[in-house]
Amino acid sequence: MTVTYWEEEIETLPRVGLESIQLRRLQHLVARVYKTVKPYKRKMDEAGVRPEDIKSLADLSKLPFTVKDDLRDNYPFGLFTVPLDEVVRVHASSGTTGKPTVVGYTAKDITTWSNVMARALCCAGATKGDMIHNAYGYGLFTGGLGAHYGIERLGATAIPVSGGNSKRQITIMKDFGSTVLLSTPSYALNLADAMDSMNVDPKSLSLRVGIFGAEPWSENMREEVERKLNLKATDIYGLSEVMGPGVAQECLLTDRGMHIFEDHFLPEIIDPDTGEVLPPGEKGELVFTTLTKEAFPIIRYRTKDISRLIYDQCECGRTLVRMEKVTGRTDDMLIIRGVNVFPSQVENVLMGIDGVEPHYQIVVDREGNLDTMQVQVEVSEGVFSDEIRILENLSKYIQKEIKDLLGVTCKVKLVEPKTIQRSEGKAQRVIDNRKI
Amino acid sequence: MLVEQIAVFLENKSGRLAEITAVLAENNINIRALSVADTADFGILRLIVDKVEKAKEVLKDNGFTVGKTSVIAVEVDDKTGGLAKVLKSIKNASINVEYMYAFVNKTGENAVLIFRFEKMDEAIETLQKDGFTILTREQICAL
Repeated sequence: MTVTYWEEEIETLPRVGLESIQLRRLQHLVARVYKTVKPYKRKMDEAGVRPEDIKSLADLSKLPFTVKDDLRDNYPFGLFTVPLDEVVRVHASSGTTGKPTVVGYTAKDITTWSNVMARALCCAGATKGDMIHNAYGYGLFTGGLGAHYGIERLGATAIPVSGGNSKRQITIMKDFGSTVLLSTPSYALNLADAMDSMNVDPKSLSLRVGIFGAEPWSENMREEVERKLNLKATDIYGLSEVMGPGVAQECLLTDRGMHIFEDHFLPEIIDPDTGEVLPPGEKGELVFTTLTKEAFPIIRYRTKDISRLIYDQCECGRTLVRMEKVTGRTDDMLIIRGVNVFPSQVENVLMGIDGVEPHYQIVVDREGNLDTMQVQVEVSEGVFSDEIRILENLSKYIQKEIKDLLGVTCKVKLVEPKTIQRSEGKAQRVIDNRKI
Repeated sequence: MLVEQIAVFLENKSGRLAEITAVLAENNINIRALSVADTADFGILRLIVDKVEKAKEVLKDNGFTVGKTSVIAVEVDDKTGGLAKVLKSIKNASINVEYMYAFVNKTGENAVLIFRFEKMDEAIETLQKDGFTILTREQICAL
């Protein structure tokens, strides 16, 4: 198999050279945010660290972390380093308090992003001759547009089909001859079901490679997707706070880890409890510093994703470090059909309804190929009625409120009081029955 | 004119009805009439009992969600068309029935219809005007 690179020189650069680029960019970044972003300056001053203290990459650990709350506290544009007239696009993801977290991009950021996304596509074996079926959602979510710009940068043909309407997607795949599929892994399985119901044999389609991300998925799921869609399934990683899709991508020669585009995104693995940087190869929380972003750079962002970094030379020739498939979270965030859900968001919805008790439980499952979320709510005297209609309206109302705030349709189950287990101290709010 | 009814929330799982009736039996509470309304996910048990406050208290103590509502009990002859006559009178007054259930008394001569109407006061007026017998709780318990 011939390996193609998008930017061969940087992707195969010996690590010494790569690290010297990283250091130079890091120093420049730290000096810039210290000067232009008050919250960063304040945190660095509190930690007693100044831009000139960054003399080596190891000095990165002297810098304070950035967490999701920092984004929220500075909502919407407080962490931007450039005036808004230089920002050409914003994206946002749902937040735990109803406020989304907002990220911004300059024209150069969009170019950088398109470029790393083109690298990711290339890494998965896509070329300019491909017909790329982009089923990531278009909109405030970074997935759709992020991948789209990369496809165009690569010179391939983008089919901006977005999510939903699976049957139409299959028709398009068939008629347009889609060769590469981009979607969440669970949606890929949903498409496989749609093919089945339409009696479309995946072997009759032209699909060759899938690039799947935005939610955790297992090796078992990979096998299932490959078998049902008759393609090679690869993993992509990205998050809006860092850039969006295109932070890291699996190559075709390994099933062990995604190459991180390290000249733009500097990774660390830390102990989530102590914040200490862990030695190479150890498992912990993934932390990213963006090295080249202009509008919304971020320093030591705690992703809360659990992974490990693999420094062994990859057969594909890329010298870029690999991150192992994300195996879990350090917080209670759930990813339901690609949407981030925090139990506290559900709690906020329930608290806002008169008479509803704060006792609830979220049961997540995977039925067929789709994630399902059931919210169990205890029926207190305050909301109870002897009329079915009133209770059914209550559960519909809760469902609608959750859908409005979180963007996820859930099933609401009314349960008897005290049936939701109260544990000592912290209640178990989530039961996740998915086998990931 | 109104009769107090107890409503209990029932999760859709086995044994709940058995538990409720056991609790009532232990406390020497007699059930005069009952109905279960069910959906795919939950049910509502509605009861007419001889000791309303006691029943409510013991069920609550046993962890059930209990509500108290007023219903109307109408006595009709246990004959063909008994219910139809009542419903016709209600329909003519444009009153909606939220739910209803019925039982036949021991002698077998009369049937008792338990109603929850959308407009309770108007319903009583209408039924009385049309000459129906409305029972009190004491009368029901004495049946």
